[in-house]
Amino acid sequence: MHEVEIKMREAARTLLESGKVDLVLGFEQGSLPLRMRPCFARNAGATVGLVWNDFCANNLAAYLPGLFQKPADVRGSWTAPTVAVVAKRCDARSVIELIKENQIPRQNVVLIGMPCQGMVDPRKAQEAAGANVTACKMAPDKQVELTTAEGGVAMSPREAILADACLECATPAPQGADVEIPGPSRPSAANPYGRLSEFESLTARERWDAFVGEISKCIRCYACRQACPNCYCKTCFIEQSKPTWAGVGDELSDVLLFHIGRIFHQAGRCVGCDACVRACPKNIDLRLFTRKIVKDVQELFGYVPGMSLDEQPPLCTFKEDDNESFITHP
Amino acid sequence: MADISTTPDAAVAPDAPSAWEPRIVAFLCNWCSYAGADLAGVSRLQYPTNVRVIRVPCSGRVNPLYIVKALQLGVDGVLVSGCHPGDCHYISGNLVARRKFAVLKSFLHYLGIEEGRVHFSWVSASEGNRFADLIQKVSDDIRRLGPARQLRKEAK
Repeated sequence: MHEVEIKMREAARTLLESGKVDLVLGFEQGSLPLRMRPCFARNAGATVGLVWNDFCANNLAAYLPGLFQKPADVRGSWTAPTVAVVAKRCDARSVIELIKENQIPRQNVVLIGMPCQGMVDPRKAQEAAGANVTACKMAPDKQVELTTAEGGVAMSPREAILADACLECATPAPQGADVEIPGPSRPSAANPYGRLSEFESLTARERWDAFVGEISKCIRCYACRQACPNCYCKTCFIEQSKPTWAGVGDELSDVLLFHIGRIFHQAGRCVGCDACVRACPKNIDLRLFTRKIVKDVQELFGYVPGMSLDEQPPLCTFKEDDNESFITHP
Repeated sequence: MADISTTPDAAVAPDAPSAWEPRIVAFLCNWCSYAGADLAGVSRLQYPTNVRVIRVPCSGRVNPLYIVKALQLGVDGVLVSGCHPGDCHYISGNLVARRKFAVLKSFLHYLGIEEGRVHFSWVSASEGNRFADLIQKVSDDIRRLGPARQLRKEAK
């Protein structure tokens, strides 16, 4: 892990020193345990703070579209920066979708592809330790050592505290990046749609109750939308006023409309990075619903988001023999 | 454009169970299905009167959100109908729509929205009979399900 970090820092330093990029987006130590915070390194000196460990979960692609918009306070000509992103494969796939949808210019992005062994889910770590965790250290035999706020130490298998997105990840190894950092990655998950078939086997009534149960926790903070790299609309449908799609209150029907709309808009975009899940302050099980869209798009159109720059986004195109078993015939 | 979140009174009038009639919104494409409905009319074909038609230029014009929104506004069922594949006035609008609807229908089913609330179909301008039969089927389906309550926003 440490070796990977050093190589990543070196790559970042080289890119900045050579003037190939103006900015490296990476991670640095923050003030919260089990979470790294985004780092915007603008010169070679700043790269010493870059880190790589089990807590670099955030999808930094979310910052990209904003970096290529002319700032409001700049008058006259403005040149878009060239930005390198320290990216796990899921983040890189988000970047590819953004490029395909013309949200960021390909020539201005350098992908630093990181090998990924899965990221720790702080909530699972808290649960495993049964207390507030202040530190998490890798121990031998794929165990982790969790230090709690009370000073206690709990051991847990590493796999048990990894994020669901990582446990179900089909693409952990870097591929197609501009700079590939060598290192060990997790094996691809055998079943990328973990809990879906279980949920699908419930009755319609049970599914609806479960959906409403999850969504009724929502406080409409829109953190899921803000954290999602592929939710890039300048004005979200939920905030449009002409016409107004939904009321602004906490009425369940409006909240359901928001989530159905938001998740549906991810069709052909969602890479399953779980940025929405991490951002949710109410622990809504969004993954259970976002995965369905991903699975359907794969099954119906054979499309997996972020795999190649050449494939057309699935909902912008069609095939003459697309599935139409859902059509009602009199 | 009107604020569509203020629900029209007629759409959310409380159901009197004895006299309940399904309210169905049909988005019909201008070039085929709307003309098909017209043909059903001028041919004096009988079909249920539960359907309210909204004419759209193309089935590709139908934003999936319209369908969810209609259910929120209190309709009991939604039908979207366009030209048969290959017959689109705009060459491929219905083929792109077909992809959107396939994902939407499967997603709504997954979330537990009652099967049969949302229908998609193709009706050409010469298929007056098919249109009448389709409305009969959709109306029967939705009548069997009863009033839609899952997404409805209750009137204050």
